[in-house]
Amino acid sequence: MEQTSNRADYWRANLRVLFGCLAVWFLVSYVFGILLVDTLNQISLGGYPLGFWFAQQGSIFTFVVLIFFYAWRMNAIDKKFGVAED
Amino acid sequence: MDLQTLIYLVVGATFVLYFVLAIVARAGSTSEFYVAGKGINPVLNGMATAADWMSAASFISMAGLIAFNGYSASAYLMGWTGGYVLLAMLLAPYLRKFGKFTVPEFIGDRFYSKGARVIAVIALLVISLTYVIGQMKGVGVAFSRFLETSVEVGLFAGMGIVFVYAVLGGMKGITYTQIAQYVIMIFAYTVPAIFISLQLTGHFLPQLGTGAELTDGSNQYLLQKLDMVLVDLGFAEYTATPDLMNTFLLTLALMIGTAGLPHVLVRFFTVPRVRDARKSAGWTLLFIAILYTTAPAVGAMAMWNTLKTVQNTDEIGAPDGNLLYAERPEWMKTWELTGLLQFEDKNGDGRIQYYNDGNEDFAAMAEEEFGWNGNELTVDRDIMVLANPEIANLPNWVIALIAAGGIAAALSTAAGLLLAISSAISHDLLKGVFTPNISEKNELMAGRISMTVAIVVAGYLGLNPPGFAAQVVALAFGLAASSLFPALMMGIFSKRMNKQGAIAGMLAGLSITLLYIFWYKGWFFIPDTNMLPDNADNWLFGINPTSFGAIGAAVNFIVAILVAKMTAPPPHEIQELVEEVRVPRAS
Repeated sequence: MEQTSNRADYWRANLRVLFGCLAVWFLVSYVFGILLVDTLNQISLGGYPLGFWFAQQGSIFTFVVLIFFYAWRMNAIDKKFGVAED
Repeated sequence: MDLQTLIYLVVGATFVLYFVLAIVARAGSTSEFYVAGKGINPVLNGMATAADWMSAASFISMAGLIAFNGYSASAYLMGWTGGYVLLAMLLAPYLRKFGKFTVPEFIGDRFYSKGARVIAVIALLVISLTYVIGQMKGVGVAFSRFLETSVEVGLFAGMGIVFVYAVLGGMKGITYTQIAQYVIMIFAYTVPAIFISLQLTGHFLPQLGTGAELTDGSNQYLLQKLDMVLVDLGFAEYTATPDLMNTFLLTLALMIGTAGLPHVLVRFFTVPRVRDARKSAGWTLLFIAILYTTAPAVGAMAMWNTLKTVQNTDEIGAPDGNLLYAERPEWMKTWELTGLLQFEDKNGDGRIQYYNDGNEDFAAMAEEEFGWNGNELTVDRDIMVLANPEIANLPNWVIALIAAGGIAAALSTAAGLLLAISSAISHDLLKGVFTPNISEKNELMAGRISMTVAIVVAGYLGLNPPGFAAQVVALAFGLAASSLFPALMMGIFSKRMNKQGAIAGMLAGLSITLLYIFWYKGWFFIPDTNMLPDNADNWLFGINPTSFGAIGAAVNFIVAILVAKMTAPPPHEIQELVEEVRVPRAS
């Protein structure tokens, strides 16, 4: 029984990290890069209109960071719940 | 040394390298043949996956696509990278934990159904075959352009090379050649981009150069100037944002499709541990991002270079404002020979006019005021990458490197696809369904034979493309998004999802996506069999068939959940399997 509840807690912890990451994923691409692109384009980042920058550069950089962040958080959660591999 | 000899030497050296790697890393067991013995370092797997993923189209055509579409091409940039976030968090670690050989195998086991496995195999075959046709064509074109052979000879040479290292080496041989191919490809792509960025903006990093001021003394930003000149020539602004709904849906369809592509997913079966799969996805995207964030710079800068070459004063329509054809630069002459660049002097003034004659108001004004009789210059999008070294006056070895890079991009993706096809046949169909008692030795032999057959079929289709090669993107990504991704994700994230739900969902997603694409593109892409003209006025709610994979995926999810609710839950041991897959190690 203890094992089952431990697994359920582990899964919930995983989902929390997952939803957080996917929220950022959605924000930088779909919200900043597409839905709000015209608004953000009023702001400049050097010679880049900001919305355009998110669509062609910023979202991609964020995706890379997100995956490494997820891997790092999940390794910590694996250890905490004692399910990390050797 | 003349350019042609140099190209032969550089390209020849890369082939020798691939052969040596294939002999050193040849596969001796089915595990090595399908998943490289699960012993690939996660960083190296990241490189191999990046090469597996970035095709001839990414290498040669994407920058041009961005150059001519500006902001609208962002869907491809975000879609083809953001898919890795989904793949890394929703699929890859769990499929690695499952720990078998193929994607259909997971679907078959998880949904305790050979039927589900066969549907997954069919989806995989359609996706991978349509995709591989373009690669074989890409190999032929790259060979013919750089080595001055005919497309046929190039294609046969490509088939021969892939045959040697893929049939012999299996996944293990393919992995090590893909790592080498990544290094060649990324070097070839970034070196010319860095030089062009330095020339135009003084910035070393093209990613910064695109957002910087031009060094031509105008003190204006590159993108600002590009917007201005394009509008002056009757085009839309480079940063204009039309049709955001289809950009949104296309991005979503490409992301979901990317995450569901079997030849990419299977690369994450090759690393030793679950945590390696997570990390490896990060490295993969980092290696992809180096090219994908450079491509918009190459696109914008090549577009600017082209406009500036043709239009040599700021005032549009000035009598001496356009380049004299007789004084055109060397690179234009070179690429005219290939037909990728075409000039037709419509108004007989000996000068080159490049503008948007599809814009009726502008065309009428230009005819009246400047005496222009239509756009005179046709530029193929592939030039934006291929002619870059010449535009930037780079030495010949850079041109040779681009040749080797283009061929590496096409070969690495073709090999990955061919492996996915052959393992689906030998492992899923033969071992899994038709001859379960086959010995390991015979299965390995079957794998090699089906790989050979796949190469021959792909080569044949590359030589005689069935007329829909250009539609491959819509089809491959639409099908991956609407069939495999939802089934895989629900197999992991929903313990309640059962056989009936998954099968109904896959069939519904597949058929509605195929139907929608065929409705506007023609049945099986046969010209003139479409039910409605393929334009925005006729699309259902204005949804472009290319973007429909996102809707297909939603239909798959909804149908699967409804059917699963109405039928019995999966057996206990399947629910146990899901529990197992969710944790890296049993506690």
